[in-house]
Amino acid sequence: MLPAWALIAYLASGVLFILALRGLSSPATSRKGNSYGMAGMAIAVMTTMVTQAPIPEGNWWPRPTPEDLVILGKIVVAIAIGGVIGVTIARRIAMTDMPQLVAAFHSLVGLAAVLVGLAAYLNPEAFGILLPTGVINPVSKIELGLGIAIGAITFSGSVIAFAKLNGNMSGSPIMLPGRHVINLGTLVAILALVAYFTQNEALWVIVAITVLSFAIGFLLIIPIGGADMPVVVSMLNSYSGWAAAAMGFTLHNTAMIITGALVGSSGAILSYIMCKAMNRSFVSVIAGGFGAAPEAGGGAARTDRPWKRGSAEDAAFLMKEAENVIIIPGYGMAVAQAQHVLREMGDQLKKHGVNVKYAIHPVAGRMPGHMNVLLAEANVPYDEVFELEDINGEFAQADVAFVIGANDVVNPAAKTDKSSPIYGMPVFDVDKAKTIFFIKRSMGGVGYAGVDNDVFYMDQTMMLLADAKKMVEDINKALAD
Amino acid sequence: MDFISILSIFVMACFVGYYVVWSVTPALHTPLMAVTNAISSVIIVGALVASAATGGHASSWLGLLAVVFASINIFGGFAVTARMLAMYKSKKKG
Repeated sequence: MLPAWALIAYLASGVLFILALRGLSSPATSRKGNSYGMAGMAIAVMTTMVTQAPIPEGNWWPRPTPEDLVILGKIVVAIAIGGVIGVTIARRIAMTDMPQLVAAFHSLVGLAAVLVGLAAYLNPEAFGILLPTGVINPVSKIELGLGIAIGAITFSGSVIAFAKLNGNMSGSPIMLPGRHVINLGTLVAILALVAYFTQNEALWVIVAITVLSFAIGFLLIIPIGGADMPVVVSMLNSYSGWAAAAMGFTLHNTAMIITGALVGSSGAILSYIMCKAMNRSFVSVIAGGFGAAPEAGGGAARTDRPWKRGSAEDAAFLMKEAENVIIIPGYGMAVAQAQHVLREMGDQLKKHGVNVKYAIHPVAGRMPGHMNVLLAEANVPYDEVFELEDINGEFAQADVAFVIGANDVVNPAAKTDKSSPIYGMPVFDVDKAKTIFFIKRSMGGVGYAGVDNDVFYMDQTMMLLADAKKMVEDINKALAD
Repeated sequence: MDFISILSIFVMACFVGYYVVWSVTPALHTPLMAVTNAISSVIIVGALVASAATGGHASSWLGLLAVVFASINIFGGFAVTARMLAMYKSKKKG
């Protein structure tokens, strides 16, 4: 049994984690929040380390034996190895690669949960879940089974999400025939095995749960397309929380349970926000297949419609004269790494007295808030960056809407065309702006949803066909002249 | 602690999580994911218990391996969150 001070320490660490998330309600308090998080983690780790050696009766503090100190040494080495790897990755990673990094980190939480679950199965006494009769407590077996299953799904699902985001694997959905039947069958089998595990604690049962869960994580994510990744990454974020909570139940540890619940709800809420921003149900995203090859007929870009091509000089001239310019960045800006030159463009325009604002759609990019981080990296002040509902009314007063690397989020078909796959998705009213500049690599490609965009062919639209970074650099040169 | 007490803490924490996360500004959703990632590595507590236990060689090595993975996440997650948050500046501060 843990001493009372340790229980209070775990509770304190749980509270500090709550404060860490609370801090993120505004950029001004967020850095303090992160420090609370670190403090909470330090308390949880220290408390666990100190209480591992047996505590003599009537004492608060353990008396470590030389053997305990050897174990402590090994643990410190393990933490140091992980710490050096973690800090190195965190320092080197490019901000555009943040979605991959988060996916990779999720996979590690999942893997750690599986390993802890297996360790608890192999040494139940250490986890305090062994009944005097010599079998594992059946309730703990359900928690362990579920913890391992969720951990394994988080791991393999995140590995696939990582591969898709990092370009190691094609972002387009991979559709297996009969996949819904296979997936449901596997899920049922996992739950049945967890139930059976309470009756029979043979090694094969736990191994089968682990293997099947690895498989289902893999199967669930391969049919989901690249631009649905914000939902997937959020969902896996949520799973990593539930896995931690399940292990917290096994260990009766308040810090783990509170954290698991926080992270689990956080991921679930983010998934919900992302789905709502695409007007799609969570089930349809998870069922996958969206963003496959466009259906014959309506899908392909109808490039025979008349459109106007603009030049960097046109854009520079018109924006210099404008009063209000709204910039709409999308995933294409991240791919082209154009955020820094874009900020320079904004700075130059401001020197000409132009009022520059940035408009960000909730699903722009490959993870929630992806564009905000990239603009922050490029030193765009966060008070110039606006969310969809806060800025959408301003397009009517905007002289220029500057679309860079976004497409579906400005498609008016979402408002008018009931047959469109993106119908009902909230979009920016760029068509109300006096002039629209639309940076796109070529007229051939269509957006992720595979639908044509009427904005290309509007009277006030000028297409700027080039790599986003190159085009903005040219505009900057023209503005400087 | 009995199962019901633990379940109560869990359910209450889900509600706290729900309200706290809705109050997070959308601009900080990426740091939110990075920091939740870091704190979910509190699973290291389980890994430490497994590593420190005597009487099970396999389980203590599994535990140590889990300590390494969780530590990558803890240090990496908090460091990358700090790096991102340091970039958010308001107009007044420049």
